[in-house]
This record gives sequence, C-alpha cells and structure tokens, in this order.
Amino acid sequence: MERHKKILEYTLSSLFRRRYKNLALIAVFGIVVTVLSSILFLTHSLKSEALYVLDGSPELIVQKVSGGRNDLIPLDYMRRIQVIPGIGHVVPRYWGYYYDSLTGGNYTILGIDQDVKELKLLDGRVPTGNGECALGKGVSDARFAGIGGELVLTDSRGMAVSSRVVGVFTSESDLLANDLILINKDEVRSLFGMPPDKATDLDVGVYNTSEVSNIAQKIKRLLPDTRPITKNEIIRTYDTVFNWRSGMILTMFFGAIIAFCILAWDKATGLSADEKQEIGILKAIGWETSDILEMKFWEGVIISLTAFLTGIIIAYAHVYFFGAFLLAPALMGWSVLFPPFRLMPYLDLYQITVLLFLTVIPYVASTIIPAWKSAITDPDVIMRG
Amino acid sequence: MKHRAFIGFIVGELLILLLFFAFGQATVRLREGELRAKRDIVWKLMLTDFALWTEARYTRNPSQADLFSAFQDFPSSLEHFPAGSIIPPGKVNEPTEIKYKKVSPGTLKQWPVFGLTKVEDGTLGIR
Repeated sequence: MERHKKILEYTLSSLFRRRYKNLALIAVFGIVVTVLSSILFLTHSLKSEALYVLDGSPELIVQKVSGGRNDLIPLDYMRRIQVIPGIGHVVPRYWGYYYDSLTGGNYTILGIDQDVKELKLLDGRVPTGNGECALGKGVSDARFAGIGGELVLTDSRGMAVSSRVVGVFTSESDLLANDLILINKDEVRSLFGMPPDKATDLDVGVYNTSEVSNIAQKIKRLLPDTRPITKNEIIRTYDTVFNWRSGMILTMFFGAIIAFCILAWDKATGLSADEKQEIGILKAIGWETSDILEMKFWEGVIISLTAFLTGIIIAYAHVYFFGAFLLAPALMGWSVLFPPFRLMPYLDLYQITVLLFLTVIPYVASTIIPAWKSAITDPDVIMRG
Repeated sequence: MKHRAFIGFIVGELLILLLFFAFGQATVRLREGELRAKRDIVWKLMLTDFALWTEARYTRNPSQADLFSAFQDFPSSLEHFPAGSIIPPGKVNEPTEIKYKKVSPGTLKQWPVFGLTKVEDGTLGIR
C-alpha cells in the first residue's frame, strides 16, 4: 500500500510539473462529459415525467382523417362507437390552434364543459360560462393578461371576441399548459366556426385497458376514415422524442463523442519525447515495468476521474438548478412560447455508469498502452532517443 | 501531501454527487404532489402532449399529428421547423409475430389475431 501511495504521489508531482497542459486536458475532457451528461439528464427527466404525467391521457383518441389530413369528426360517430362492447365513455373534444399575430405565437384553445370544476395548478378558477377564460402562464405573460384582465381573440369571421381572465395556470404546469387557453366549449365552436354536429376528435374510454388495441382495431374496421390513437402510442411518442438516440439530441451527443475520441486518439498515438525520457530515467534508477505502467494508470485515472466527476456535477447543476440554459436555445427552435425547464431530478445510474465506461476506461487505456512499449524498452535506448 | 489532497478532492466530489442524488430523491418525493396534480390536469382536460414546441401543429401535438403534416407545404417539401429534427417519425407498425399450427383439414377456424383464417384444404390465409 505504501508503494502505491508513493507512486501516486510521484504521478501527482509529475502532472503538477506540466500543470497548465494537464489543467487544459481536464477542462476539455470535463466539458465533453458535461455536454454528454446534460443531454442524458435532460432527456431522461423529460421522458420520466412524460411517462408518469401522460399516463392520465385518454385511453383512446379517435380522429377523422380525410385525404391524409385531420378533419372534424361527425358527432354521429359517437353513437356508432358507443355500441362496441367494452367501450366506457365517448366524449367529444373541442380544441384547435390559434395564431396570435400580436405576439407571433401559437396558442392551443381547449373547450371545457361544466364537468371540470377545479384544477389544482390553477390560480383563480375554471371558466364556467361564455365570456370567461383561463390562460397558461406563457399566454398570460405574452399578452400581459392576468386574473381580472381581458383577452381578445379574433374568430373565424374576423370579429373580435373578448374574454375575461378568471384563472392563470401556475408555473409548475408550464410543461403542459404554457400555451393553453381554456374557454367554454360552445365558444370554441363559434371561435373556429365549427359546425354544431362536429367536434375536433373523440375521447373514448375503455373498461379493460388490455383490450384497447382490439377496440381500436374494431373502431378502424367500423369507421375506416378514422384514426384511433391509443394511450400507448401517445406515451411511446415521447419515449422516442426524448430518446437520446434520435434527432438533434443525437447530433449534439455525437459531436461531443467525436470530440472525446479525438482527445483519446491524440493520447493513444504516442508519448512525447519528454515523457519517453522520463520513463527511461525512471527505469535507469530502478523502476520496474509494472511501476511505470502503474504510474501511467494513475495518470489516466487522475485526469479522467477528476474531469468525469467535475463534468457530472456541473451537468447536474446546469440541468436541475439552472434550467439547462445552454441546451434550451437549441431545443426551443422557433417556438415563441417555450416553457422554462423545472425538471424533476430523475437520475439514471445506468446511464452514468455507461458514460463512465465510455469515457474514463478508454482514456485510461489510451494512456497506458503507448507507455507500455517504452516501459519494456531498455532505458539506455530510450534516453538516447 | 499531494496524494492526500487528491484523494480528499475525489472523495469530496463523490460526496457532492451523493448529496445531489439524495437531493434528487427528496425533491421527487416533495414534488410528488405536483406530479399528481399535473396528471390530474391531463386527465380532466383530456390532454395528450406536452406544450413544448409551439412552432407547428405536428410539433405541438406530435402524438396527434397526421403523418403528412411535416411535408405540409408541397409534396417534396422537407421538414423545416427546428423542432422537427428532434421529433423523429413515429413507428407506423409495431413488430408483428405470426404463429401458426397445423389443424385437420375441413375445419374453418378463425384466429382473432391479425385476421388469420384457415380454409378447408388445410392452408392458412391472411384476411
């Protein structure tokens, strides 16, 4: 044990002699780990929250499709779907998108009926009749409309429709309701010019959740111009969206991996003349080959472990304390209303372990392997160059 | 002694990570009510998606969008919204599995899965 401590001490002294170069190495390695970890933490948190929260979404949504595009669904379809055994409720949904030229943002307008009496993350109250609305925090901030204020929208005939704001969603609900406007469902129909016998889509409840796929197939056979979407597909969408193996997340991830590979490759392609001379001198004064390799092992561990742990800590703080402010601009795209991240700190130890094996182990190996050739060579040959 | 300082530094960082892990567990427990309240909103308002990307209808509601909306402008138009690069195309069909077995000819049997039927001469057909 004493011998190992002495070798470690010598390695630290050797690294300290070239402190600026090694600090730069730790910094670059640490930045790569920070980027990789930030992406992993962000996507894992969003995915975990989506899987939990969206478990409350409807079992089955039935849309009408016409010419490959979504179309309004006739309310008559409710009667035809209701007769299928195993169906619980069939409720029409009234909702749509609204482009606000004032702010350049897109809002989602959702119609509710008297059944919705209370919502936990809503300051104020739920709108109970025509002329009232509840807003998501993003809409409220964009239009400077708080509780008691007015929201004016333009309907399908170009007429202004004014609503009094009776409720604003709290910031905890931003991920769900940031761009939401809740109004009475009759007002949604008149705002969008929806015919009275049509709805946007249907929420279908199923008694036995294991029968959802079968019932979806039956609906599709009964009404071939519809598209049933199961809750499983909704949740799977977010499993795919926030999977770190797809899209722009993969591009950022891949870029950081390439940077790390270049770093490790540079290390693995050989020792500098100074390092070779150092090994030669150590061998000449009696160091064994195993001692040299242990020194190189500690060198790799000191740099990679320091950078890895520092990178993980910074990534954690970046994502969970500072709202992933470096990644958010890359994710928000052209969205005018983008919710601030207040993520749940779900940590996946498996991902951290995989990252450890993808970064620390290859780096240590790329430090030891080139030193092995010098370590087994005669010191006289090394020192002569 | 440098090796003590290094070991102390690594132990310190590991302690910070442990602290973060404990903080994370405690925060999730404390904010469990918030998660339940969000699920309650999803259930009462029949929501299906996060309000993350409001650029286009298929980025706002990726689970509800029709399959062609990313190419909405004209037939060969490519995806142009940044969020579209984060949202990959959904899987159209799940991996399927066909199981079959020999039965005696002359019987008409219908399997509920994938509409398989067996015709009278003993062969299998897919309806």
